[in-house]
Amino acid sequence: MDALSSLADGFAVALTLQNLLLALLGCFLGTIIGALPGLGPSNGVAILIPLAFTLGLPATPALIMLTSVYYGAMYGGRISSILLNIPGDEPALMTTLDGYPMARKGQAGEALALSGLASFVGAFFATCGLVFLAPLLVKLALLFGPAEYFALFSLAFMTLGGIASRNQAKAAIAAALGLGIAMIGVDHQTGVPRFSFGEVSLYDGINFLVAIVGLFAISEVLIFLEHKGEGEADAGKLKLGRVTAPLSMIWNCTGTMLRGTVLGFLAGVLPGAGASLGSFIAYIFEKRISDRDGSFGTGNPRGVAAPEAGNNAAAGGALVPMLALGVPGSGTTAVLLAMLLALNITPGPLLFQSNPDVVWGLIAALFIGNFMLLLLNIPMVGLFVRVLLVPPRYLMPAVAMISFVGIYGISGSTFDLMVMIIFGIMGYVLRKIDVPLVPVILGVLLGNEMEKNLRRALTISDGDWSILWGSPLAIALWTFAILGFVLPIFIGRFVRPKAAVGQAAVEEADPD
Amino acid sequence: MTDRVFGLICVALAGFFIWQATQIETGFIVDPLGPSAFPIIIGGILGLAGLYPIVKPDAPPAWPHLRRLLEIAFAIAVMVAYAMALPEAGFIAATCVAAALLSWRLGASPLKALAAGIGISVGIYAIFHLALGLSLAKGPWGF
Repeated sequence: MDALSSLADGFAVALTLQNLLLALLGCFLGTIIGALPGLGPSNGVAILIPLAFTLGLPATPALIMLTSVYYGAMYGGRISSILLNIPGDEPALMTTLDGYPMARKGQAGEALALSGLASFVGAFFATCGLVFLAPLLVKLALLFGPAEYFALFSLAFMTLGGIASRNQAKAAIAAALGLGIAMIGVDHQTGVPRFSFGEVSLYDGINFLVAIVGLFAISEVLIFLEHKGEGEADAGKLKLGRVTAPLSMIWNCTGTMLRGTVLGFLAGVLPGAGASLGSFIAYIFEKRISDRDGSFGTGNPRGVAAPEAGNNAAAGGALVPMLALGVPGSGTTAVLLAMLLALNITPGPLLFQSNPDVVWGLIAALFIGNFMLLLLNIPMVGLFVRVLLVPPRYLMPAVAMISFVGIYGISGSTFDLMVMIIFGIMGYVLRKIDVPLVPVILGVLLGNEMEKNLRRALTISDGDWSILWGSPLAIALWTFAILGFVLPIFIGRFVRPKAAVGQAAVEEADPD
Repeated sequence: MTDRVFGLICVALAGFFIWQATQIETGFIVDPLGPSAFPIIIGGILGLAGLYPIVKPDAPPAWPHLRRLLEIAFAIAVMVAYAMALPEAGFIAATCVAAALLSWRLGASPLKALAAGIGISVGIYAIFHLALGLSLAKGPWGF
């Protein structure tokens, strides 16, 4: 197999001391970020990108560290779900349903061990899926012209808006806001300034790292300030015995984990769905087929294994469209895409040909990181439990300050810091009124690329708009896009996590 | 109500955006579409989507009480002041004050907040500047 020999080369890249240490650091930080309520994977990766960037890490090591953070956060989210009944991040919401009841029955150690193992199974097989599916998608993507790319970008926005949001109009507003922000600055094709109002600092456009850190990290601090004093961790609740699960329990859950993995992976590959949908579908499906005595929701181990396998598999699946097409499927992969763009690497089919060491080194590092995470998350889980006890009143100022350090490190300009604060306020207001942030980010990231492809397509056709739907491939993409946007309006009640769980109080509507 | 106001803002913003797009001067390089067509499409989408919350608003979110809003405004003011003070006062001094103020407003007692401020600024300085070599803002005292 072609993919396997490339993967072997990837292991040669990943197995250097520096890359192994970075992967370990990423896994460790990621688990902490995932475990801390309020600091989800997108926020965590967003804060760390400017740092990785200003430290001058080359592309492969930076990407290895940050995707390790991403995988680690998916593992870590379950810890506070199980022990505190507070999801550490959005995809871990479903794990509270059976994880917390298990902890109350005195089975916290079993629940943590089982969910750690389920996370491993999900992430491992999803990474295998990535190895085989990504090259296939690349072959398809090589057939794409500008018109198809334009349709593909539209597809990403429309499915993201359709599936991830409760309100399609608000998702469309979010996407338009992001695209509008991307238009600021000098037009790449004709060299004329747009929307910069004579302000020279705006000629370069808005740096998307500034926008991302502001929207995610700074707004998080503001949200915390609004809710201060609510739901803090209590040391008394965090007792856990030995972290092991009996073999019979693991054996009983093997099928559950594998089903969760397949469903989660598929949900992850869909553009716009992400890990939250993966864990949701895995849980609901498992409940349908194996809940004979109505014990789901009262501490059934399968109810812990299914969503954890699902969300970790979805995390791996979401990397497929990001790497192969350059179109991220979720919030965190959008943030990872931002890092690649900041390093002047454009993901997509050409990445596999021009920088195979980056892609395959990353994938190999994910396999290695996965084993590290298994070790960190079962024998050493007690360490992370202690981190949960750091009160937010010390944590959030540190998060804010690290965000400032990162952005200041990129440009050294006060102007960028001000722009970041403005984005923070904007992020806070948008979250309050339930406008998803991920389409905004995606718009800021992809806006220029999208316009470039549209204009190229129309240059080829000499201004004839029908080129946009001029090939069967483009028509198929448009059909999917429209279905992805319209179908959830009718069947949305079944696939939308928050509405069904009844925990609408969770403010974020973003797929991680 | 919140949604209606938001929708109106979006429609107004869309109008402004489209108007600005028509004002873009074309240079001597031309392509069939030009620099203003795509922004006009975006403005159109923003305006149309903005109509929906006006016609059919969601239930309003729970806005915080005035006191909490003032707290948030205070935190924003601290961050703005921090951004401006950074090049003047140097990293350690500015970060120490800003982190202490934020920590105090998040519920730490004044003394503990001060300790947190010192801990956070010295900690970041040690890790990112001394260990990793990231350049931070230099103040009058060189740190």
